[in-house]
Amino acid sequence: MNDILEILADNARISVGDLAKLTGKNKQTIEKEIKSYENKGVIVKYKTVINREKIKDEKGVVALIEVQVIPQKDVGFDTVAARIYRFPEVKSCYLISGTYDLLLVVEGKDIHTVASFVSEKLAPLSSVKGTVTHFMLKKYKEDGVVLVKEGKNQRLAITY
Amino acid sequence: MISKIVEQVSPSGIREFFDLVLGMPEVISLGVGEPDFISPWRVRERAITALEEGMTSYTSNQGLFVLRRAISNHLKKKYSLAYNPEEEILITAGVSEGFDLAVRTVVEPKDKVIVVSPYYVAYPALVQICSAKVLYLTTRQEDGFKIDPKQLSKLLSQNPKAIILNYPSNPTGVTYSYEELKEIWRLLSKKEVIVISDEIYEELTYEGSHHPFASLSQKAKMRTVFLNGFSKGYAMTGFRVGYACANRRIISAMNKIHSYSALCAPIISQLAAVEALQAQRQVNQMRNEYKRRRDFIVKELNRVGLSTVMPEGAFYCFSSLKKLKIKSMEFAKKLLYDQKVAVVPGTAFGKEFDCYVRISYANSLDNLKESIVRIEALLSKIC
Ligand SMILES: Cc1ncc(COP(=O)(O)O)c(C=O)c1O
Repeated sequence: MNDILEILADNARISVGDLAKLTGKNKQTIEKEIKSYENKGVIVKYKTVINREKIKDEKGVVALIEVQVIPQKDVGFDTVAARIYRFPEVKSCYLISGTYDLLLVVEGKDIHTVASFVSEKLAPLSSVKGTVTHFMLKKYKEDGVVLVKEGKNQRLAITY
Repeated sequence: MISKIVEQVSPSGIREFFDLVLGMPEVISLGVGEPDFISPWRVRERAITALEEGMTSYTSNQGLFVLRRAISNHLKKKYSLAYNPEEEILITAGVSEGFDLAVRTVVEPKDKVIVVSPYYVAYPALVQICSAKVLYLTTRQEDGFKIDPKQLSKLLSQNPKAIILNYPSNPTGVTYSYEELKEIWRLLSKKEVIVISDEIYEELTYEGSHHPFASLSQKAKMRTVFLNGFSKGYAMTGFRVGYACANRRIISAMNKIHSYSALCAPIISQLAAVEALQAQRQVNQMRNEYKRRRDFIVKELNRVGLSTVMPEGAFYCFSSLKKLKIKSMEFAKKLLYDQKVAVVPGTAFGKEFDCYVRISYANSLDNLKESIVRIEALLSKIC
């Protein structure tokens, strides 16, 4: 990854001015480069990593769902995946090697919402052979950020 | 009760200021002389495994052979610099110990030793503890804080026993090109002087490449004690591990002292250091990050009016207060009380540097940005 992408990946809210100071490029060049990344789909979206456990009254559950797909004539994984990832409940969808085919990240208000999504929307699809649902119990680290409290840096404030 | 020699070691006037800073909790400190990164995970993992394996004994005085061999290979590959791991490398408890050993090994009472100023604080102190005389080679901002060959020649005419070099430098970040080093060696080679070269910031070189002094020529290598370690580039200050490379007579003499005073460097740290030499990717990441911060802060410091030579390595800026007509301690105290930002007064690094402060950018970008805002706020008050 180049400098700009590396910095943005860590802090999407950094200003173009600061990017210029950090990379030594001028602002126009940086704006152009970012636009081009956006157009090419290299930069897909600017999002915020939120530690939901810290929000009062925030309910909601996350489940990882393994999906086994029945291979169908003339229909590749992409078509089956598309039928599944269109559901708004599905936040992420990956094709996986190994004992199952698709891995979904599904979010819902509570366990029942996710359960009914699986039983009423996902499982009935003719191309779905089976599912295994794992509810997430605790997030330790997300997108490279450790969410649980870590030990503080012990550096002395001043040393030679 | 206390030895006169020790009592006479220049008491640092900065101590009291340090205590002030340490007593104030909410301060953004740009006074820190160590990385803000934690040691790479694979290094920590190796240390944990070493404990699990029960690696809790002494090692040979000279240090684990696996580490000496790994260092030898590393230097050969990186700099085509060949040291025999059997007898030309000594593992020390940090460069601090390596430096102490080197000085005690070559310097006798009344000898003269050249120290380039602004200097790392340990240099003159340890030379004085050997009852030797420090010859200061003062560099100037106009020369980019680099050694002036004329001054060097003049000091060499006093027949010093040794010269201490440090590049990239703490506190200026200055380093030398191959040609500049060649010129320094040309002058040194005419004399019998030993070169103690502290290259601990070698991994943190941002412009051009680093050239170990010992790599200049076979003769230079024979006369140089090359000191390096894992504290800075590998973010391993707490491990206390470094190394010295030199000809075998010097190493064997250094090892003599070391075997009585330190016995060996901690075994866990030595094993972690072997792993660290494999962590070049992590070192590169940290270097890239420091370089970005450097580009940011140097531009900003110059913009707000603290003239700063672009440091080519390490993680320090040595910024000038000349325009402000204020002494470094006064400025540092004002900045601390008024804006809660800590920097180190220039006098810590040599009495001539009372119109400079050392600003460390081993700190998060957010803190650096906030510090600039606060420095600007102070400047608008006192200007
Ligand atoms: C120039 C210089 N040499 C040596 C040291 C000490 O390093 P170590 O942790 O290896 O003892 C430092 C640390 O600040 C330094 O700046």
